[in-house]
Amino acid sequence: MKLNDAVWGALLLALSAAVFFAIRNFPNIPGQSIGPGAFPALIATALAGCAVILVVRGVRELQRGGRWLVFGEWLRSRRHVTNFLLTCAAIVFYVLAVQRLGFLVTATVLLLALFFQLRVKPWLAVLVALAASFAIHLAFYKLLRVSLPWGVLPILY
Amino acid sequence: MDIALQAARLVFDPYVLSVIFFSALFGLFVGAVPGLTATMATALLVPVTFFMPPVPAVAAIVTATAMAIFSGDIPGCLLRIPGTPASAAYTDEAYAMTLKGQAETALGAGLWFSAVGGLFGTLVMIFMAPSLAEVAIKFSSFEYFWLVVLGLASAVFIGASSVVKALISLLLGLLVACIGLENPAGHPRFTFGVTDLLSGVELIPMMVGMFAVSEILRYMVDTNPPARILKDKLGSVFTGMWTLTKKYRWSLLRGSALGTAVGIQPGAGADMAAWMSYAMSKRFSKEPEKFGTGHIEGIVESGAANNSALAGAWIPALVFGIPGDSITAIAIGVLYLKGLNPGPSIFINNAPSVYAIFMVFILANIIMLPLGWACIKAANKVLSVPRDLLMPTVLLFCIVGAYAVNNSLFSVGVVLFFGVVAFLLEENGFPVAPAILGVVLGTMLEENFITSMIKSDGSPAVFFTRPIAGGLAVATFVILLWPLGAWAVRRLRRRSADTAVAE
Repeated sequence: MKLNDAVWGALLLALSAAVFFAIRNFPNIPGQSIGPGAFPALIATALAGCAVILVVRGVRELQRGGRWLVFGEWLRSRRHVTNFLLTCAAIVFYVLAVQRLGFLVTATVLLLALFFQLRVKPWLAVLVALAASFAIHLAFYKLLRVSLPWGVLPILY
Repeated sequence: MDIALQAARLVFDPYVLSVIFFSALFGLFVGAVPGLTATMATALLVPVTFFMPPVPAVAAIVTATAMAIFSGDIPGCLLRIPGTPASAAYTDEAYAMTLKGQAETALGAGLWFSAVGGLFGTLVMIFMAPSLAEVAIKFSSFEYFWLVVLGLASAVFIGASSVVKALISLLLGLLVACIGLENPAGHPRFTFGVTDLLSGVELIPMMVGMFAVSEILRYMVDTNPPARILKDKLGSVFTGMWTLTKKYRWSLLRGSALGTAVGIQPGAGADMAAWMSYAMSKRFSKEPEKFGTGHIEGIVESGAANNSALAGAWIPALVFGIPGDSITAIAIGVLYLKGLNPGPSIFINNAPSVYAIFMVFILANIIMLPLGWACIKAANKVLSVPRDLLMPTVLLFCIVGAYAVNNSLFSVGVVLFFGVVAFLLEENGFPVAPAILGVVLGTMLEENFITSMIKSDGSPAVFFTRPIAGGLAVATFVILLWPLGAWAVRRLRRRSADTAVAE
């Protein structure tokens, strides 16, 4: 997914304006003429400069017949778009579910969903999902002593 | 000598040696699987090293990256898909050799000259770093300010396809570094009222997101699945290596030296070193017409260069705390976490640990030979691991790894955020490496900038009047103005050429 440089430029200009807005009330270091706002202001200024260059470049490209948005090959394939969204959703699912369901259940469900989406053979998917979840749990819970929640399962080891 | 003994005791300990062994296997595997890079290997290792003492933690990273940079050659040679970007420069050459039935020689050269190049870079580091530290200990905030700016400038201007986009990426990184309380005034900035952000964005989840999750996303949307392996039986790998070493000793030396030098440059790492020395090799070769048709010379030179760059990158990382590439950018984060704060004083306060790191480098490049040999022999099996099974598992590992550092689900959210952002930025031609340098160096840059401004009562002149600071300033401006100058020269030349034609 390629956005035209002008769009990126506009977004970055907005970001640099937001930085200036956020630092407007920062106090100075007592007794000094400089404060915590100085460095962000410097960065935001440079960012605004670069953003203007991008806008100019993007507009020139548009005049030469460039497009606002170029879809990559994957955005035209429904399967690959689902791949992308499911990967992000898997991480969100983990955050939301791990406390309630516990690590082993969450991890197995997460892996199964991705394996099925990638069209792994069902028996292999189930086998690897279970094995990988257990292996990672053992490594982090037992060896590294990370407190991964058990959730709905009783404490097994 | 006493220090060397202490260092040896730190390294030759059963626990540390087994860490080295397993991270070597890990590195070989990650490097050999296309789509998993050496930087990703580091990012994945960091959560695990978090639970180790300092020396094994650093040893794990050093070993895994050295192995990964070598084993990236394997799929490049056999499948024409570089396993890591550092092998991309000579992938076509190596594949051409495979087509001619010389896969053994190409892989053997990759292995042998990787090890030799790595050792060369290590020796340079051992001799150069301590003496550089003696100079660096006299540096004040002015010198450090320029040093960081110089580092960042070369990261942006050397080897970036679009300077503006690299610069934006760097600025975004610096902006991320501003988040939180850790600034000279201790004032909370850009936290949006989130307490988890008060201490700044955590480095480890951010790196895992930027270098691992973004890579997984790229695999998930890849519409061209890779080819199958070409050759099933490989002959003896080390045959003829000594003859090649003698024949191409100058190429080897040139590649290693250039690689180390490129590694020292902040922002340019192993992949840059390989591209540059491949080009250099062709330029100075007696038979440049053979390049691209399966000729070993370029592989010798750039294979040595990418491994020597790894060691070179550690020189500024240890002496100044300024990373030479994205791998050392991550490693510096680990050094800080372990209380091994990089900087000239590390050579005084933590000398045994530093010498232990040197020893690990030597050890890693030596055990690369037998382990790399085994990896080449097992190439068929390694390359046929189905990536549809691997990638989701790596994703789960990323999630748990990020969570493990602080037992906080917020970190998992950070992984997702930076994974998607890095993916989108790369899709749109913004390189990610400058951003990570910005994040790592942001705090240091600001601290030295503010301290210097306060010391000088707000007058910028002092930034230039101290001799070393002035020199560094000049060097920075040369790099900053270089593209502009080159552009002007090109314009002038074209104009004079035009007038010559007109006459």
